[in-house]
Amino acid sequence: MAEKKVVYYINQFFGNIGGEEKAHIPPEETLGAKGPAMGLEGYLQGEGTVVATIICGDNYYNEHEKDAKKTILEMVKKHEPDLFVAGPAFNAGRYGMACGGVGKMINEELQIPVLSGMYEENPGLEGAKASIHIVRTGNSAATMRKALPKMGEIAKKLLRGEALEEPKKEGIFPQGRRVTVFSDKNGAERAVEMLMKRFREEPFETELNVPVFDRVKAAAAIEDLSKATIALVCTGGILPKGNPDRIESASATKFGKYSIEGLDDFVEDAYETVHGGYDPIYANGDPDRILPLDVLRDFEKEGYIGKVHEYFYTTVGTGTSVMNSQRFGVEIGKQLKEDGVDGVILTST
Amino acid sequence: MKLEMGNIFVKDVVLGEENAFEEGILTVNVQGLRDHLLEDHRIGKVNVDLAKPGESVRIIPVKDVIEPRVKVVGEAKEFPGVTSTMATAGKGRSHVFKNAAVVTTGSIVGFQEGVLDMSGPGAAYSPFSKTLNIIVELEPKKGITQHEHEEAARLAGLKAAAYIGECARNLEPDEIETFEMNSNAVEIVKYPDLPKVVYLEMLITQGLLHDTYIYGLDAKQTLPTLLHPNEVLDGAVVSGNCVAACDKITTYQHLNNSVVKELYKRHGKDLVFLGVVLTNENITLQGKLRSCNMATNIAKHLGADGVIVSEEGYGNPDSDLMLNCKLLEEEGVKTVLITDECAGRDGMSQSLTDASPYAKAIISTGNVSHLVTLPPMEKVIGNEKAIEHLAGGYSGSLLPDGSLECELNAILGCTSEIGYHNVTVKEY
Repeated sequence: MAEKKVVYYINQFFGNIGGEEKAHIPPEETLGAKGPAMGLEGYLQGEGTVVATIICGDNYYNEHEKDAKKTILEMVKKHEPDLFVAGPAFNAGRYGMACGGVGKMINEELQIPVLSGMYEENPGLEGAKASIHIVRTGNSAATMRKALPKMGEIAKKLLRGEALEEPKKEGIFPQGRRVTVFSDKNGAERAVEMLMKRFREEPFETELNVPVFDRVKAAAAIEDLSKATIALVCTGGILPKGNPDRIESASATKFGKYSIEGLDDFVEDAYETVHGGYDPIYANGDPDRILPLDVLRDFEKEGYIGKVHEYFYTTVGTGTSVMNSQRFGVEIGKQLKEDGVDGVILTST
Repeated sequence: MKLEMGNIFVKDVVLGEENAFEEGILTVNVQGLRDHLLEDHRIGKVNVDLAKPGESVRIIPVKDVIEPRVKVVGEAKEFPGVTSTMATAGKGRSHVFKNAAVVTTGSIVGFQEGVLDMSGPGAAYSPFSKTLNIIVELEPKKGITQHEHEEAARLAGLKAAAYIGECARNLEPDEIETFEMNSNAVEIVKYPDLPKVVYLEMLITQGLLHDTYIYGLDAKQTLPTLLHPNEVLDGAVVSGNCVAACDKITTYQHLNNSVVKELYKRHGKDLVFLGVVLTNENITLQGKLRSCNMATNIAKHLGADGVIVSEEGYGNPDSDLMLNCKLLEEEGVKTVLITDECAGRDGMSQSLTDASPYAKAIISTGNVSHLVTLPPMEKVIGNEKAIEHLAGGYSGSLLPDGSLECELNAILGCTSEIGYHNVTVKEY
């Protein structure tokens, strides 16, 4: 088996170049391990070698993020590493932003695991934790001796391709990935146990932290409807019969865009719903019940609205993750905006 | 109210010429069952088959699962208000064939039916891979509507369970489980120091394939209502829905409602179980507000200190779940919610479509979009191509080697939100 290779990223301070006065230096590369990389390499116990250490000034990274990332990517890529390690950054904000930003970029570009270490309040954590593994550390470099052995353990697992255990057990921050597993008790037993804990005022751990939703601010009203282009968009799964784009009947991963130029009505012979979350009989009987093209055409003829946009967009809402929905919304919104659409009738079911 | 459940443990099931039970072996009269179900003029064809734990068998698309039973003592029969005259369930004595189940399949009514594997990785995800299943495959007559098709298939499953259950009438049960609970007034005095708990069970009620029946009444047309736990365990509630297979409450699960059983077990020891409030999941805001407010009022009026709230389905009813939670907590009633999650195939999305800061105690029964590959089975009952039309399947779900690649969405009973199964989610 070929030796596993690690490339390491640190800032000017941990690279022994200097403090704040050297924070402006651009990325530079040293072969072999330097600073904390040497410590980590020891904890790898022969299971991996640090082939290069990249040092970059914190200010340089934060002020020239794009250039810094480009240079660093070139430096890392040629080594074909199995693992990329950055930090630990403890509670150093700019250093944390760099470790997180560079780490995320390397993970995305090279598709290799990335490891870092941070204190829970480090601002670099939020943007990077979903894509890289971040060990919980103390808030200052004084805790380096505690951080490195923990990082070494995780690094060995990542090099071996082993799955990590629960974040709490591993001492890392959760990435926010919801993984389905088996429990030794059924849901009903767990529910009653949790309620008993609430009665006894004992600590309990919810199995799901509810999300916090953002609110979308309503757009300004359309000043003159008679000149406005109105588009039809729905999550009720109305689409051309035969489902040409194979949109899923639940948990959709895509949306469809279809021309309605010259069409006055969604007739039942040509359109149907593939939505799995409601009684389809009435929608299939007259798809305009979900997506009111017929009425909109009347408005267009009467001059009440300017015109109906030549495409409608459709997807299935049921079981579709909020993340996919956000992606659809952004893409559809962008296209409508580019096409000069003024308003949208958005129907759900 | 006192209910004796006479459990008869089935060790094996065979097909034969008459219904019989001897030394643990249940024989099913195939022709008799077929004739019985064909009395419904909407059904054109009935096939009967078996699928047992560990066998290389896949059943698809599954509609409902029902436990074979017979009412031995009491005014009510099986499924009162549905397959028999209305009378109160939960009193007297019922005999039950434990470990056995009627599983209905046949041509697909809608998108929401499920897949059931009796072995391999799919088996672990479904509680019904562990039952001895009597498969009733139904083909409707040509020309009937989807609503008629659904009703015919639903009633056929219930009738099949009663037909097979009849054979248990004169058997000596292996065990008698007694479910007895007096009026709340009496029970509260008996256990003055224990916290009082209501189970608020949300039922999906959103139209074809998304309906539930309480004593035969479509729960869409009901207001939140209080039942004695025995009524639920004895056939008052039946499934008329095929909501995503993973979290629909099959009739079998209503009859063995895991939250009801767990609260019963702890009644008089850790808590006082005040009863089951059945509420619906409306499709209008007015309806949601009406049902959630009234359900909360019933729980409060009963004197509940805590409520377990279980959801059925996902997405739209997330808002009913959160509203129930908020209203109860605002009244000072402690809640624990049971729900599954739609976190996307990679598990990185937020899981619910609505949220309340009051929802601090949640049991998660799995991510419905978790992707699995189910290796081919030697025998397929039904039609494996149906996977492309099931919630959780998609075009390309049926792989060339006969494997199914699908989301847990499609697997029967996998993410049961009445906590019937043991799947959960951990955050990584």
